[in-house]
Amino acid sequence: MTTTDPASRPSRLPRLADGTAPVLAVLAVLLVALAFAGPAYSEPAGYLALLKRAAPLMILAIGQYFVIVSGGFDLSVGSLVTAEVVIAARLIDGDEAATLWVIPFVLGFGALVGLVNGLITTRLLVPSFIVTLGMLLVLDGAVFLWTGGSPRGALSEAFRTIGREGFDVPLLGQVPWSVLLLAALVAAAVLFMRGGTGRMLVAIGDNETAVRLGGGHVERLRTLAFVLSGLSAAVAAILLGGFAGVSAQVGDGLEFRVITAVVLGGVVLGGGRGSVVAAMAGALTLEALFSLLNLLGISGGLESAVQGVIIIAAVAYAASGRSVFRTRKGTS
Amino acid sequence: MSVAVEPGVRPQWTRLGNPVAAVYGALVLLLVLGSVLVAMRGGVLLDQGGILNILTRSTALGLVAIGQTMVILTGKLDLSVAYLIGLCSLIGAETMAGDPGMILPAVLLTLACAAGVGLLNGLVVAKLKVNAFIATLGTALIIRGYLENGYTGPSGQVPRVFQHLGYDRIGPVPVSALLMLALAGLAWWFLARTRPGYHLYAVGGDEEVARFSGIRTDRVVITAHVLCSVAAGLAGLFLASRLGSGAPWVGTDAGYDLESIAAVVLGGTLLAGGRGGVAGTIGGVLILATLDTTFDELGVTPFFKDVVRGVVLIVAVALYARRRMRR
Repeated sequence: MTTTDPASRPSRLPRLADGTAPVLAVLAVLLVALAFAGPAYSEPAGYLALLKRAAPLMILAIGQYFVIVSGGFDLSVGSLVTAEVVIAARLIDGDEAATLWVIPFVLGFGALVGLVNGLITTRLLVPSFIVTLGMLLVLDGAVFLWTGGSPRGALSEAFRTIGREGFDVPLLGQVPWSVLLLAALVAAAVLFMRGGTGRMLVAIGDNETAVRLGGGHVERLRTLAFVLSGLSAAVAAILLGGFAGVSAQVGDGLEFRVITAVVLGGVVLGGGRGSVVAAMAGALTLEALFSLLNLLGISGGLESAVQGVIIIAAVAYAASGRSVFRTRKGTS
Repeated sequence: MSVAVEPGVRPQWTRLGNPVAAVYGALVLLLVLGSVLVAMRGGVLLDQGGILNILTRSTALGLVAIGQTMVILTGKLDLSVAYLIGLCSLIGAETMAGDPGMILPAVLLTLACAAGVGLLNGLVVAKLKVNAFIATLGTALIIRGYLENGYTGPSGQVPRVFQHLGYDRIGPVPVSALLMLALAGLAWWFLARTRPGYHLYAVGGDEEVARFSGIRTDRVVITAHVLCSVAAGLAGLFLASRLGSGAPWVGTDAGYDLESIAAVVLGGTLLAGGRGGVAGTIGGVLILATLDTTFDELGVTPFFKDVVRGVVLIVAVALYARRRMRR
């Protein structure tokens, strides 16, 4: 573990955690390729649009990173996103004035779901894979039970602004609000991971027993990771709801897509390795890849096949560089 | 072989307050409770139709879950089974193309393809050291790409003779359910009475220790993945015989990937591997099928089923965890 090496800790230079360099290289190649493939990418606006599309997944990747690096899984984020969008639409129901209290409510609900996930995982000792799988089923069922089968209501204009609109900046053109929000969250996540709590989270994923013996609050920190993941799903839902509107399929498959993104960023399932920046770079890489495939006229079936090959290759590459004795299971 | 094995080497979970007994206890309780609830609404849960319903629902999931048990016992998991089931139903139905003479070649071809996918999964997991979650998710996406590219709906046709497999029954018991239970028995024998079966537990308990004890862990992991995929292939063939043709999304619509993992874990097998068995898995499958059938009889909306299923899953695993802690 690099973080436990005292010599490397106080370094001022932004060092790359292991596994970060490859994904950044792939991302750079993809971004350049985009410029050649599509005329839209000859100016900043094209890339800003890409960022806007990628923002929900990148934000989800931040949350999922916290859970994965501390040694867990969160499979419930996809259904949580759907649930949040459907709940927000039902509560707002086109009423502009309701936006003000619905947004905090949505965030609170996300945090609550994360808290429940975390508490069941840490206090009842159920593997997080099972807990969040159960939560996925519960959320899926409960939301549609409540709405009676199909989502009703509508989001207000104000609610949709964050995901849809932007503000004008000289030289760049229109910068979407979601990109600004993303930048803020990225900065917050990086600062968090550089602080004591963030380092402790990585340490828990690496060696839970050592942290416990060292007096760390393993249960509390793990629960925090799930709460943050729930919150990230709430933010992603607000963006997606604005961007794509209300549907019952808005979060479909997001859980696997975001885990793919995080793993693509070199974060090791089972915990203890990888950086939050790399996780987000993984998400952006995935979105850039989809955009490129679209531009090249490859879509539908081949898209998922390419995604499948890439994640296997990426993880196989990362595993080949890792020492043999780090093959512990990570299913807690 | 079993004679030479000392009692201490037996899979440990048999000594740790056998969860299998708890699973079947819960199943009986559920059947009684379900019967009472259904009776209160003037119906009968366990009449011929009810039993038939529970067993038919159990057959496909049971087949997948038997395979999934093998993989989970080694500490891995397989997320590719749902797409593989769809693929296998298509391969089977398209090869048969309504010709009774082609049944045997079609079955063999389907199972060979399934085994190939399992071999790929196993090789990627064991040799390239890719986490099983990612490896099988990748395979699932590749199969999905193939299906999305080539198919928009059902394809192929199953001859009438082959449909007997899906619909024939002895009294209230479908023949296919009996075949599934026979396979479960075979899997039980494999896990509890043979050397490769013991190796599965050993690898799941601790892969490093197993390796140092002289077990070729790579082979064990690959075997588990191949067996799992073949079981999924059988499920695909069974579903093709029920539907009369192959359907690309027959596996994913029913969510057999996560559902089978849920059934295995509900049956008391540890997700981390090394403890559990097929008997519990079948119990888990029957519990899920009974829940479904009961809710159908009660006329509850399908969404409520998901909620209950999620809660049951979490509560069951929490109870197992408590049980283990107390020892």
